[in-house]
Amino acid sequence: MKPGRFTYHAPRSVDEALAVLGQHAGDAKVLAGGQSLVPLLNFRVAEPGHLVDVNRLPGLSEPVRTATGWHVPALVRQRAVERSAALTGAFPLLGRALHEVAHPQIRNRGTLCGSLAHADAAAELPAVVTALDGRLRIASPRGERTVAAADFFVFHLTTALEDDELLLGVDLDDLPAGTTTSFHEFAGRRGDFALAAVAGQATRDTRGVVTRCRLVAAGVAGTPLRLRAAEDVLLGARLDDSALAAATRAAAREARPTGDVHASAGYRRDLVGTLTRRVLADIAAAVPTEELTHA
Amino acid sequence: MTTTEPRTQKMIGASVLRREDRRLLTGAATYLDDLELPGCYEAAFVRSPHAAARIVSIDTSAAAAMPGVLGVWTGADLPEIAKGIPPKVVHPQLRDVPRVPLPADFVKFVGEPVAVVVATSRYVAEDALDLVEVEYDVLPAVSSTGAALAASAPLVHEGAENNIAIHVVQTAGDPAAAMDAAPHRLRERFTVARGGGHSMETRGVAARFDPTTEQLVVWDTTQSPHYVRNTLAYLYDMPEDGIRVVAPPDVGGGFGPKAQFYGEEAVIPWVARLLRNPVKWVEDRRENFVATMMERTQVHDVEIGFDDDGHILAIRNVFEHDQGAYCAGLQVPMITLSTLPGQYRIPNIHTELIACYTNMVPTSSVRGAGRPQAVVAMERMVDRAAEHLGMDPVEFRRRNLVQADEFPYRVGLTFRDGSPLTYDSGNFPLLLEKTLSAFRYEEQRSLQAAARAEGRLVGIGIAAYVEGCGLGPYEGSRYRLLNDGTVLVTLAAAPQGQGYETVYAQIAADALGMDMDLIRVTTGDTSRIPFGQGTFASRNTATAGPATLQAGQEMRGKLLQVAEAMLKTSAASLTIRGNRVEVTDDPTRSVSLRDIAGAANVGKHGITLAPGILPGLETTVYFAPERAAYASGTHAVAVEIDPETGAIDVLRYVIGHDCGNVMNPMLVDGQVLGGFAHGVGNAMYEEPFYDETGQPQSTSYLDYSLPSSMEVPPVELVHIHTPSPLNPLGAKGAGEGGTIPVPAAIANAVEDALRPFGARITSLPITPPKIVDALSTDDLDGTGPWHG
Repeated sequence: MKPGRFTYHAPRSVDEALAVLGQHAGDAKVLAGGQSLVPLLNFRVAEPGHLVDVNRLPGLSEPVRTATGWHVPALVRQRAVERSAALTGAFPLLGRALHEVAHPQIRNRGTLCGSLAHADAAAELPAVVTALDGRLRIASPRGERTVAAADFFVFHLTTALEDDELLLGVDLDDLPAGTTTSFHEFAGRRGDFALAAVAGQATRDTRGVVTRCRLVAAGVAGTPLRLRAAEDVLLGARLDDSALAAATRAAAREARPTGDVHASAGYRRDLVGTLTRRVLADIAAAVPTEELTHA
Repeated sequence: MTTTEPRTQKMIGASVLRREDRRLLTGAATYLDDLELPGCYEAAFVRSPHAAARIVSIDTSAAAAMPGVLGVWTGADLPEIAKGIPPKVVHPQLRDVPRVPLPADFVKFVGEPVAVVVATSRYVAEDALDLVEVEYDVLPAVSSTGAALAASAPLVHEGAENNIAIHVVQTAGDPAAAMDAAPHRLRERFTVARGGGHSMETRGVAARFDPTTEQLVVWDTTQSPHYVRNTLAYLYDMPEDGIRVVAPPDVGGGFGPKAQFYGEEAVIPWVARLLRNPVKWVEDRRENFVATMMERTQVHDVEIGFDDDGHILAIRNVFEHDQGAYCAGLQVPMITLSTLPGQYRIPNIHTELIACYTNMVPTSSVRGAGRPQAVVAMERMVDRAAEHLGMDPVEFRRRNLVQADEFPYRVGLTFRDGSPLTYDSGNFPLLLEKTLSAFRYEEQRSLQAAARAEGRLVGIGIAAYVEGCGLGPYEGSRYRLLNDGTVLVTLAAAPQGQGYETVYAQIAADALGMDMDLIRVTTGDTSRIPFGQGTFASRNTATAGPATLQAGQEMRGKLLQVAEAMLKTSAASLTIRGNRVEVTDDPTRSVSLRDIAGAANVGKHGITLAPGILPGLETTVYFAPERAAYASGTHAVAVEIDPETGAIDVLRYVIGHDCGNVMNPMLVDGQVLGGFAHGVGNAMYEEPFYDETGQPQSTSYLDYSLPSSMEVPPVELVHIHTPSPLNPLGAKGAGEGGTIPVPAAIANAVEDALRPFGARITSLPITPPKIVDALSTDDLDGTGPWHG
């Protein structure tokens, strides 16, 4: 469990990092928190010839308030997000989900963006950022582009990032007034990747009718899975027992997980239904906030 | 001999803090990989990727030519050590196919080493592994006892008719007739999955050969340094004194797998000798998952016969045991055979073992060692029988327990050494009542009834066991008075975290009547004490303990005899106070331990010893127990099941434990709690999956669910102490009782929780998907249990 040979680069600017990535495109990996990459290197599952350590890049370590919400740059640690009253206040889903991400020691090093770029299909953060309609800022020698989370995740461990691109950060918009969120996960052990997880948020008008809804499952498809049929059931409805039951059924039907030694496909599909209902029950029980304030 | 007043302060039985803790807690412990061996090379092994294959060819030339590589050897390159490794425990009926350190012709499991690379660093060695070209002719494999025992199964070892390693039947009474006549008979088949020891420190070997003295020094994370020395002496055809095996004082856990001998342990010292340079191999976690022995897989077909009053009339258990690709020893299935009846008086017993070879890593003991499986077979059938009669399972147990006045109790079976299986001591009814009282059994049953009324699934499980421990043949302890007047106690056995430096100093302090801080304990070095067995089977407190006690008493006699001569006293009474021996009635007359050492041990060249002075104050005692001492325990647990996810929430867990007299209660509690974590893993989490071709499917902690501190629930301990009459300390083993009944207890509780549905779960570990499967048969049509 020792990595193969690689050349280590520690660029001091984004341009320098992009230059190294461009020069070794296809044979370079970006190292941020290293909590997924280093084990893969040690297992020699990944054997890149070049490792580009981005930890010295300036200006990427602190969340930034934007006109529409928050920008979380590439080097913000998961633990920092979890302990940020501003971020978890604005996006309670982040706080809820981060408690399920591995263990504090790992979150101390792991970054939010690193988890997105790694794109494990059973990871919590890609599902949460998808539910939050996050937009990913990506830099390359050709300039900067923005990709919606829904388009970013291509498959398990595969994203829209090109070989010479660097994920700079993720933009998250403030939630509309009247929005409530919840997150439920079931895993074999505390801190494990999810057997299934569901991130949900719903915006209700003053009559309690759902006007906007996101339900995203993790661990049951190659990417975070929008449970669109379940969302459709809820749009225009109140979160009463019959709506919850219908959405639950729809969610279980549209999940198409695969089975493995830990759990059958059927078990995971049932789990999506159960977790969806629990998420919706939380949301139904909560009083929607009138107006979200920010620090 | 001079007599003394009894020493008032008793160290035996005191919760003394561990001497080892400071270095462990400050990161100053020295593990095998921390040894400083300047210029040491590092090794890595080429391992088979196939569960069964013929080795067609191995081309090591590219790897050998790589810069930094010192050498590459295959089995064919090392014919000198191509000998079979003898199994630890054999039986006349065993069909043994010995394992050789590096097989040259066939591989029998994924992970079996076929070549070793030695390089300037482990990094270089692993780079070179990729360059070793091995051509295999892949053969069909078997990866379960069922597949191995099927008609026309592929043969793990050529030249045999089948894959059976041994088939043994033991009976007591007339089980066939008693079963036929029993008013009630129930039968079930239980499966227990494999599990590993998962010591935090993996295996490791380092070796250095001194060509001048022809002395080979081997550092090994083994539980049994003398066993390693003896095996190496046999394999290398060297005198045992030419090989010094040292288990570092800090070994990060053993749990059984490190008590076995592996091919790597033969290869590394040999190549160090060939290269005339130190060589080190530290197993990495990935190797540990495929190459370190595991345990547990057994399939039990068990039948119980009982009467209307709940008396067990007969038990019949036929079980398949997965021996893996080779037989490292028969200790585990033999223990299962004799552990079956447990705490119950059963007049008619049929216990039958079918051990088979499979194309998986060999099995050996893992904490619990064959007992958890036997307890599953017995205790789960006890619950089924109680359910059948509509009787409280506790009441059913009460009616069948061996009573306190029946010891020594003869079970009617034969122990693995051929002697009648006999429980030396215990008090099972008291143990049950104390456990239930701490558990608040009646209150828990009321809470269960209330929960059921609300539609919640709460269940209660009980499981009891006996553990034959403190096994022979012997263990030794050696005392020496050092020149500075302190006493060195040397044990042959090597610890892996049990606190030997503390516990044996406590025993020695009482034996010598001396302060503990004048006593130092050293362990695990074959050059310091010639004979030893090792740390396994919860045996040392009951074997090395009495040896330490008796040797200490002898040593005290010698010290006082010399003091008497030096003080020129015929005083009836001497006292050791601090570092001096004084006349009890006249403390002004005293002699220091240092002076005693000077007179008796150091001496003066050419000068005759003064009268009464003994030359050389040392003493060695080997204690050989007559037979195994029996520890026992009863566990009680309450669980709640989430019917939607299948999650098991342990609401309350109480361990009742009897390991006889206790040397250090704090360390015993630590052993029980650590063992409990292993039991929780076996019950609910751990399973190394293999596919039908013998490929391991869970080779990292991502896929192998070792429970963490988050998964191990709070637990309450209650102790009773029935001293063993088989050793002067009255001690029994404490290392495995926390583990043994946990799978059975939790399985009983889960089945009790599911009783309203009549759902059955007969395979361990019990995972959430298995519970949901048991509750619903329609989980594949997209309609989940939330519909109900």
